Amino acid sequence: MSSSTLSEGRKQFIVDGVTQDCRADGRRCIDFRRFQIETGIVSNTNGSARLRQYGTDVLVGIKAEIGQPKQERSNTGHLEFYVDCSSYNTTEIDGHIGDFTTQLTKSLERIYDSENVLDLKSLTIIAGEQVWVLYIDAVVLECCGNLLDCISIAVKAALYNTRIPGVSVNDEEGVLELEISDDPNDEKKLSIDKVPVIVSCNKIGHRYVVDATQEEECCSSGRLLIAVNDRNNICSLQKSGTGSLDPSTIFEMIETARQAAVPLNQELLQTLKREERSNNDKCGFFAN
Amino acid sequence: MTIFHSCRGHGTYLQDNKLKASVAGFVEKVGKLICVKPVKSRYNGEVGDVVVGIITEVGQRRWKVDTYSRLDSLLMLSAVNLPGGELRRRSEKDELMMRQHLTEGDLISAEVQSVHGDGSLALHTRSLKYGKLIQGTLVTVAPALIKRCKTHFHNLECGASIILGNNGYIWISPLLKEDAENQTTKSDTSTLEREIVARLRNCIMALAERQMLLYDTSITYTYEASLNYQVSQHKK
Repeated sequence: MSSSTLSEGRKQFIVDGVTQDCRADGRRCIDFRRFQIETGIVSNTNGSARLRQYGTDVLVGIKAEIGQPKQERSNTGHLEFYVDCSSYNTTEIDGHIGDFTTQLTKSLERIYDSENVLDLKSLTIIAGEQVWVLYIDAVVLECCGNLLDCISIAVKAALYNTRIPGVSVNDEEGVLELEISDDPNDEKKLSIDKVPVIVSCNKIGHRYVVDATQEEECCSSGRLLIAVNDRNNICSLQKSGTGSLDPSTIFEMIETARQAAVPLNQELLQTLKREERSNNDKCGFFAN
Repeated sequence: MTIFHSCRGHGTYLQDNKLKASVAGFVEKVGKLICVKPVKSRYNGEVGDVVVGIITEVGQRRWKVDTYSRLDSLLMLSAVNLPGGELRRRSEKDELMMRQHLTEGDLISAEVQSVHGDGSLALHTRSLKYGKLIQGTLVTVAPALIKRCKTHFHNLECGASIILGNNGYIWISPLLKEDAENQTTKSDTSTLEREIVARLRNCIMALAERQMLLYDTSITYTYEASLNYQVSQHKK
């Protein structure tokens, strides 16, 4: 359904609903839709996760490869993002799919590729020469609004699931040799304590709404991407789309996002831990 | 199934002298003719069907309407009731005023007037029950899930009215108050009415997810069963 062509009457109905704190599906302004998440479902990756929601389906895979560090950060590993939306089409990206995916990729990169988010130092093998590079690929199979938040949740889950094989460095007469261990137990987990999820806060009417549907997104007069981690700290702030925001509005939006992020982060962590304990009942791609 | 007593209809094929379904769906028998109606398909219009549509284009004496059929449906200017006077000639002035009447993105309820040779539909709204839909929520489900009934307009006892379009578009709106004669864009929907609409929407989506047929009774029963839960807990 094309969202840019929503009639005035319907827009008004949505805006009034938000004002009364009762949205089209009965949610309150700070409620997220329920989602299901599964990790470790793509066997040829180091970590993967699939997030499913009504009308939304995002698959994230992480591959670790040994590569050269970035020039400006020679002592740490880094992340490379790629978002593929080719199978998903709305009027929002009509004909500009390249722009849209670049925008998503850049947003994710800005938020996650930082030492304050992940312990990138632990990805170093030989300082200045060889590091682990995490290639994080997201495939959007289906989307029903609030795409970036869904991707970020899946990315966090996939990072939780990522195992990096142990590497030993052998010094043979001045030539350094890397040896990747075959032992499946010799693996490193990544800490996701400081990894945030993105909460997009939309200003609709005079209130702020998280996890907006496509219809709600086209009633929004301004959107702010707020990355919040488990400790409820703000990691990043980005304004997205058109529209302008008053400084006081921004503070209120941040507060809304923090409120909404607490149950979201808790639920995600609980689900991931539960899934890790019972590792054998995966539905994978056979789930309906 | 042996072929001796049956005719091959849509959605079936013959293999080893047996009739097999080529699509997943419901079997329909009319006399000897056996068809399989697919669960997931675009809307195939029939004359007299009630549909809910979205205006996508305003053209020369016609509107193009999205009704989830394979081709755009048409609503002719001559097939709508214009304000003021039942029967009058459509003048050039009316043509210029078309966008004031219905514009892109507007939702309408209409009836299928005729089906063209290529399968595209001509709609009409020449009755007081049809027309523009303003305050409410649209839910889209597969067209096959809508049960064909005598009427597709229902005023449910729970306090909402519902239009089950044969094309799978369902419109849920708060009951119009008797005294409020003029239906304006101004909203006076209370939170309670909104919760009813939201609950109905969630019920319909739950039924559709389980591939249950949608008609007034099934929706009412689901609604009653859902009353044990707070609407803000559905979260879908």
